[in-house]
Amino acid sequence: MDSPKAAPTGARPLSPHLQIYRPMLSMMMSIVHRITGGALYFGTALIAIWLVAAASGPSAFATVQGIYGSIPGLLVLFFYTWALIHHALGGVRHLIWDTGHGFEPRERELLYRLTLGGSVALTLLIWTVGYLVRGGAG
Amino acid sequence: MVQLTLPKNSRITEGKTWPKPQAKNVTPFKVYRWNPDDGMNPRVDTFWVDRDDCGPMVLDGLIWIKSNVDSTLTFRRSCREGICGSCAMNIDGTNTLACTKGMDDCAGGKIVKIYPLPHMPVVKDLVPDLTQFYAQHASIEPWLKTDTREPGAEWRQSREDRAKLDGLYECILCACCTTSCPSYWWNGDRYLGPAALLQAYRWLVDSRDERTGQRLDELEDPFRLYRCHTIMNCAKTCPKGLNPAKAIAQIKQLMVARQF
Repeated sequence: MDSPKAAPTGARPLSPHLQIYRPMLSMMMSIVHRITGGALYFGTALIAIWLVAAASGPSAFATVQGIYGSIPGLLVLFFYTWALIHHALGGVRHLIWDTGHGFEPRERELLYRLTLGGSVALTLLIWTVGYLVRGGAG
Repeated sequence: MVQLTLPKNSRITEGKTWPKPQAKNVTPFKVYRWNPDDGMNPRVDTFWVDRDDCGPMVLDGLIWIKSNVDSTLTFRRSCREGICGSCAMNIDGTNTLACTKGMDDCAGGKIVKIYPLPHMPVVKDLVPDLTQFYAQHASIEPWLKTDTREPGAEWRQSREDRAKLDGLYECILCACCTTSCPSYWWNGDRYLGPAALLQAYRWLVDSRDERTGQRLDELEDPFRLYRCHTIMNCAKTCPKGLNPAKAIAQIKQLMVARQF
């Protein structure tokens, strides 16, 4: 089966697509899933740097800790946490779809809202617990 | 391949604003235009439709424009009752049939924006070239294939087996779903798209068809089937309320199930 080819189109224009299609939650969640997936490469590199610094010695570790502990550093880590959780929950959503469930209009919209709400709530929870544990220890 | 922007010859320019009729009740129409004969880029024209002089649907408005304002406005239409699939276009940001979409359902009746089906070569104005779409439909061989000797009368099917085709056989091949799919936009040359795959599933689950394995072999491909990333634009936009995304998921399940 050869892949079907269109007839010669000459100088025919391509009709607009992304430019005019209404952004809907379904489409947006798919794009965000891709973007968060990409961001995880960056976040994993941050963890690798942190581990390498820890293995290299106290001064290197202190430098990295200083950068990660600064306000911009904490913001990046916060969004990395969110990206990780959001992508993981998105994975669960796709797993549910792979079983053939969750395709009806109401179900799919619910899954989108659960993914979004869940990722924000879990991120806040992780950071709150993190600060509480650290506060308790220190 | 992903190309987010339009090629140079496809960028949309400012169009003509046509005269506003002396009428109490008018609705503005922004309509994509492209003429293969004038050598110019596509543009978006503004028309004014006299609502007291035409029917309630977007197709009524387009026909009113063609009859009263600009007879060169080009679009496909036939049945005007949502069964032929000819007047599929992008209206108010989503793909649907002009004949079943009310003008008042577009931005609360304030403005009707119309483009051809997205990411397709344009023949003229709102008419896209559907050659590839039809070829992809043909490629899944949408007919009954059997090895058993043909029965004297009809191929029999139980009520339960017939019920499995509900939600699949109703497809009118309007191309709304396939041209709403971002995955098809980027890989339409190799990905079959939601409409063709829904039809593929329609024959896979038909109890009378005896070439299920062969059909699955043809679909087992990183592009033909697996470019579906469950984006769901197809299911949201289908004017017949069908669910191609679900049908595709069920094909993927058949792929897994046959390995055991």
